[in-house]
Amino acid sequence: MQTHLAKRVEIIIEAPMETRLTAALEKAGVTGFTILPVLGGSGRSGRWSREGQVGRAGMVAVICLIRPERLDALLDAAFAVVDRHIGVVSVTDAQVLRAERF
Amino acid sequence: MPDMLALAAQNMLSPVILCFVLGLLAAVARSDLTIPEAVAKGMSIYLLFAIGFKGGVAVAAHGVNLTLGKAMLAGIALSFLLPFLAFALLRAITAMSVTDAAAVSAHYGSISIVTFVTATSVLQAQDIAAEGYMVAVAAAMEAPAIISALWLASRGGARSEGDGDLWREIFLNGSIVLLVGSFLIGAITGDKGMARIEAFIVTPFQGVLCLFLLDMGLVAGRGLAQAGKLLRGGTLAFGMIMPLLGAATALLAGLALGLSTGGVALFMVLGASASYIAVPAAMRVALPEANPSLSLSLALGITFPFNLTLGIPLYIAVAQGLTGG
Repeated sequence: MQTHLAKRVEIIIEAPMETRLTAALEKAGVTGFTILPVLGGSGRSGRWSREGQVGRAGMVAVICLIRPERLDALLDAAFAVVDRHIGVVSVTDAQVLRAERF
Repeated sequence: MPDMLALAAQNMLSPVILCFVLGLLAAVARSDLTIPEAVAKGMSIYLLFAIGFKGGVAVAAHGVNLTLGKAMLAGIALSFLLPFLAFALLRAITAMSVTDAAAVSAHYGSISIVTFVTATSVLQAQDIAAEGYMVAVAAAMEAPAIISALWLASRGGARSEGDGDLWREIFLNGSIVLLVGSFLIGAITGDKGMARIEAFIVTPFQGVLCLFLLDMGLVAGRGLAQAGKLLRGGTLAFGMIMPLLGAATALLAGLALGLSTGGVALFMVLGASASYIAVPAAMRVALPEANPSLSLSLALGITFPFNLTLGIPLYIAVAQGLTGG
């Protein structure tokens, strides 16, 4: 099966910032992403869990698969939003089928 | 005073408060008891709708008067003012940074609608009347504290991020829209509207509130566990002193406005409660450097259970004592 090189960007960010991040991504031309709820974790503020969170709290994971040449534009757009906020941004190499979709 | 304490103790023995205590104890004992998230959300929508609608119907029955406007203004002023009091207290008794103190202050200037709903229910159970428009006062008190807190933070040199979207999110927060919307529907349709949906929003209300508070007890119990790890000395004390100061300030305003016994008690509850739904999200956007665990642990782990178990009975007893109700 033919596969193609892509970049997988995972941005874990506070839930109240989700719409701002996705709006910035769309503005930068990144129209494909997946948003997942995060159950819990541990970071500089200690352990936390989604269970018991009230309102629009907790974290979400925004995952984008893009062509490598579009990575910088995505990171610039994401960084402008997440810079001062709690969260994690990671980039990994990925292989995708159907390259034209990315 | 002994009479007031006896009254407060009696007020504590209501099913809703005891359900909250059950949830709290279950969480502290690490029971696996949980209420599904969607069920809890459904119950909160039901409660907000019911309380807003009933408040609107009461206003329709008694008419709009000048005290309504005065109470709204007093509520807004209180929400603007309380963050300054909270900020000064935090800076005096804790080593909290300006940013953290400002963020915590915003929570304490705003209100907890769950605490308000619980107090309303306890008052109803004791046949103590309150002004229906207190629901609208509660809605008006959600946001002003955020402005005061952002001003305090910027004055202290902290950078805050506020955009048009933030204010839209605050003012069109789901709880505010539902509360104000159902209040207006109640005010427009009045007793006739109530007669049509009474079976849905009156009779099951107490039972739903019991289950909802069981869930909130579980949430607060977990917050309490977090607070135990995170909060020390002065910060812990703040979580119990500030509601009393807020209630005392609101008491003066309530008496000056000439509110009924129930109205004064509800105004005290609003002054004493701290937001843990609308303000935390706003603070994460506007003051990202503030530590969210600190504010949430204080508001949810300390002040919320304090108000539900000791505060509400105490505020009602004080209001009864001072208004002769």
